[in-house]
Amino acid sequence: MDGQRLNLLKKIMALEFTALELNLYLDTHPNDQRALAEFNEVSQALLLAKKDYEAYYGPLLNYGFSPSHNAWRWVEEPWPWEISF
Amino acid sequence: MWIYEKKLEYPVRVSSTNPALAKNIITQYGGPDGELAASLRYLTQRYSMPIPQAKAILTDIGTEELAHMEIVAALVYNLIKDASIEQIKRAGLDGYYADHDRALYFVNAVGNPWTATYIQSKGDPIADLYEDMAAEQKARATYEYLIQLSDDPDVTDALRFLREREVVHFQRFGEALNLVQDYMDSKKFF
Repeated sequence: MDGQRLNLLKKIMALEFTALELNLYLDTHPNDQRALAEFNEVSQALLLAKKDYEAYYGPLLNYGFSPSHNAWRWVEEPWPWEISF
Repeated sequence: MWIYEKKLEYPVRVSSTNPALAKNIITQYGGPDGELAASLRYLTQRYSMPIPQAKAILTDIGTEELAHMEIVAALVYNLIKDASIEQIKRAGLDGYYADHDRALYFVNAVGNPWTATYIQSKGDPIADLYEDMAAEQKARATYEYLIQLSDDPDVTDALRFLREREVVHFQRFGEALNLVQDYMDSKKFF
């Protein structure tokens, strides 16, 4: 996997981990407005980063959550456990 | 409903082929305090939780544990995929090889298969959340033992990430337990 693709993927991983961590925190602190604002901010940045990645490298999500223009790219390798970081 | 995302939660890298290390790490795939047990425990306990925050945290942590199962699988897969028969024999992985080749299967470090008796679903939310907190501590301890056993700094890096997640989950389950206790106290009338 080329360096540019790997960097974009790592950026998505970092943003999504931030969102996941805030998500778990909000589950037990649903009234924390500051955490909610941070969650929405990172969620927006994650959405943009994923759109950017998918335009070049194909869908990240199955079942219709990512488009696959022109060709069915979901089957393309590498699968996550085959990537060397 | 679940959606698969074609990425790992945390980047996995191994320095070299190492079936001896894989033999130990696989316990977090199919062992008593492993990620399969964690995920299935939380995802099945959520149905009897009395408050929405507890249903949410069990759903979300149960889902994150599936991502951890995938990280552990990626570690084991990459540690054994290029191993020679000679390396597999020397690592004591020959018994595993006889049944599974280099495929992934749910066993603990000495080859015992995963069993539903590793987990409980009691119907009593206090009992279940205490079990979940204990499960997170047992998984944390296991990752510490694996870090001690690891001779690969790249593998240790992923193990440290997984260990840290157990600490966060313990914290969140403790908060859920407090919320459930408050809820149950508020329902008591004398």
